[in-house]
Amino acid sequence: MTVTPLGIPRRLLEFTLDGEPVRAPEGSTILDACRAAGKDIPTLCEGDTLTPKNACRVCVVEVEGSRTLVPACSRRAEPGMEVRTGTERARHSRKVVLELLASSVDLSTTPRAAEWIKEYEAKPDRFGPDAARVDEEPRVDNDLYVRDYGKCILCYKCVDACGDQWQNSFAISVAGRGFDARIAVEHDGPLTESACVYCGNCIEVCPTGALSFKSEFDMRAAGTWNEAAQTRTTTVCAYCGVGCNLTLHVQDNEIVKVSSPHDNPVTHGNLCIKGRFGYQHVQNRD
Amino acid sequence: MDLRFGDGKPTDEERAAVDALLGPPESSWEGADRDGMRAGDLRWARGGREARDRRDQLLPGLHAVNDRVGWISEGALDYLCRRLTVPPSEAYGVATFYAMFSVRPRPATVLHVCTDLACAAAGAGALCAGIESRLGPGSGVSVERSPCLGLCERAPAALAIRAGEPVRTAVSAPATVDSAVLAASAPDAAPEEPAAAMAVPQAGDPSLTLLRRVGAVDPASLDDYRAHGGYAALRRAFALGPAGVIREVTDSGLLGRGGAAFPTGRKWQATASQPDRPHYLVCNADESEPGTFKDRVIMEGDPYALVEAMTIAAYATGAHRGYLYLRGEYPRALHRMRHAIDRARARGLLGDDVLGQGYAFDIEIRRGAGAYICGEETALFNSIEGYRGEPRSKPPFPVEKGLFGKPTVENNVETLVNVLPVLTMGAPAYAAIGTGRSTGPKLFCVSGSVGRPGIYELPFGATLGELLELAEVRDGLRAVLLGGAAGGFVRADELDIPLTFEGTRQAGATLGSGVVMAFDDTVPLPRLLLRIAQFFRDESCGQCVPCRVGTVRQEEALTRMVERTGSGAAGDIALLREVGSAMRDASICGLGQTAWNAVESAIDRLGAYE
Repeated sequence: MTVTPLGIPRRLLEFTLDGEPVRAPEGSTILDACRAAGKDIPTLCEGDTLTPKNACRVCVVEVEGSRTLVPACSRRAEPGMEVRTGTERARHSRKVVLELLASSVDLSTTPRAAEWIKEYEAKPDRFGPDAARVDEEPRVDNDLYVRDYGKCILCYKCVDACGDQWQNSFAISVAGRGFDARIAVEHDGPLTESACVYCGNCIEVCPTGALSFKSEFDMRAAGTWNEAAQTRTTTVCAYCGVGCNLTLHVQDNEIVKVSSPHDNPVTHGNLCIKGRFGYQHVQNRD
Repeated sequence: MDLRFGDGKPTDEERAAVDALLGPPESSWEGADRDGMRAGDLRWARGGREARDRRDQLLPGLHAVNDRVGWISEGALDYLCRRLTVPPSEAYGVATFYAMFSVRPRPATVLHVCTDLACAAAGAGALCAGIESRLGPGSGVSVERSPCLGLCERAPAALAIRAGEPVRTAVSAPATVDSAVLAASAPDAAPEEPAAAMAVPQAGDPSLTLLRRVGAVDPASLDDYRAHGGYAALRRAFALGPAGVIREVTDSGLLGRGGAAFPTGRKWQATASQPDRPHYLVCNADESEPGTFKDRVIMEGDPYALVEAMTIAAYATGAHRGYLYLRGEYPRALHRMRHAIDRARARGLLGDDVLGQGYAFDIEIRRGAGAYICGEETALFNSIEGYRGEPRSKPPFPVEKGLFGKPTVENNVETLVNVLPVLTMGAPAYAAIGTGRSTGPKLFCVSGSVGRPGIYELPFGATLGELLELAEVRDGLRAVLLGGAAGGFVRADELDIPLTFEGTRQAGATLGSGVVMAFDDTVPLPRLLLRIAQFFRDESCGQCVPCRVGTVRQEEALTRMVERTGSGAAGDIALLREVGSAMRDASICGLGQTAWNAVESAIDRLGAYE
């Protein structure tokens, strides 16, 4: 159990959410307020440890006086604002965005995607069998993690986590433009020739499974990956004195991947190569 | 930052191109020869704020290499990154963002053949095929199909760029297979382009305000500009003081001419009153809307007017530095503006002490590199700063946090040039031109099936029919595209629409950037719409889902519909409407929000698929 600091007190501001008056701390986003009010707004590119990029546009809501819909994840609540989350217009845009996404990439490993597609009655098939897709082979060029851009929704989270928001390695960027835009390292080469330091913080924030542990990737390919049978144990990394929290995902008494609690006030879910990938010695049973 | 640079080595030529821009490297840490290591090199490294501050040299650096070699190799990119302390992955992301750069080897000469609306209607398809068959493989020329080159009055158009020292360019318009091939194979021998005034059919008409000097003045001569009334407006500005200038501009009712029609005075006031310093001025000359070429004609025909107008805007808003973001496809405008700025600086009209008034202002030109999206104001900031030209989400607005995170006023060329008559004739006289809500003169870019294509200047309030009559519209008019690819179509029986912001809005259309493109009944409408969809698909930056995927789905549906009408098209039309409304509502910026406008108007107003 990690301790979350309370932070300095913030003044409350009042606005209207779906006709109901709500109070939210100054600086909070519409999404924060929605969650506090128990409303479930779908989000994909929003990340709890990152500045919202608002690129996916599934969290759009209607704000009185705004010509277009606004992304709930990044628009700050303002006093007197009138926000409506479930209007026909907002639901229509969410539905179409889900259809556009699901028709162009593989969302099979995206948590909650199937649920939202059902809820919004999205029909990704309706663009026809010839609809352009991001059909790319997974890139397996090292023993630690796999990049499967056929599942990538270009949420920019890995770019931000690798860049100035956390890791400061700047190994990842978006290259190209439009539908041909892809996440890439420099010169679009293999990971092993890039600036990557294998901290795996990009895997931690990836919302679709486009980035995954090689162990997970191999088990999925073999059909042995079974999340329901996994236990999670949070412990302290023993490699150095910082004391980062590790969450070990264990299936059949084997560590299959390592994550880190996002609410840890020191690491915010980030680890280094040793904490993230250096677990083989634990299960060395020779 | 702990940056890792690759082992790629630049060729001597690539190194020379970068060093010509940035100066020679000071230390082996930033790419100097290791053998000639300077004393202290072992203990000293450039870094931190000092290095990061040069990030905005990335786009000029990419241009430098691309201009010299024709493409950007790994070694060149790595060297540039080392010099600027830019992460190579980010520089790669930037280099691959722009259409004019290549990260793969290609011939030194690239021939851009415009295949956009006006050129397509003028036979660009056959032209391309002819050029490609003449310039087969091994010709040393890479032929690329290009979006609008802004030469619509002389369609079809081609632009040849030959890398080297110096880079050479040649424009061929109207292009034939012979003239385009000549431009590509011998850019130096290609005939000179016609004077800018040839694009102004009304040239010499004494009633002109904005275009009155185009054709009458020598665009290279500052003295001639002054002899034609130049710099009177700046003198008046200094007499009025910054607040007085803003008051005049506000009272004039000038609305931004870039498409959004925002009140210029209000924008200036909002920027001027920001306590954060410095303030910046940005002139948006990234004119890439298909069918638009007015900014090019002004910059080519009356470049000092823009220099003067930028000086006034900067003075009023408290900026001491201005950026002219100029479209990469406009070599002659670049040349003329560069010359004008240098001359103005040499004569004390730019620099530390403008006109001896103790006010410092200078202009830096930044070249775009082929990206329509960079005309969006926040994408333009990112582009200048050396990032991918992706729009930022607003708020915060540019008047508060714009270029380099500082208060910034951004206006397009036409808007700024309007400030000159506002000051010389005074706000009341200016406001008396046009209508109550749309004041002043307005430029229209007329092309397509008209006898006299070009830039027309009319007071707001003239009707579409009057404009087309002036341009000698040909018989059999079927439709008019108003406002460009982001605008919409109107029917041939709607020519009484008044050309004002409110009049077009009332008619369910938009003035946009002032495009008026006429199409007669020989133009196959479905193909035209498909071309518009392809344009948006190519130009989407890819940042947000509705635009990135939506523009592709739109293009796919329109491809299916090229041969279909009536009930056969109904399903796809319904699909287009659903996707279109989500793009309009949920896209981050204007590109995605307007990408479906023209197609929708063609379906609803023209019955394109009935």
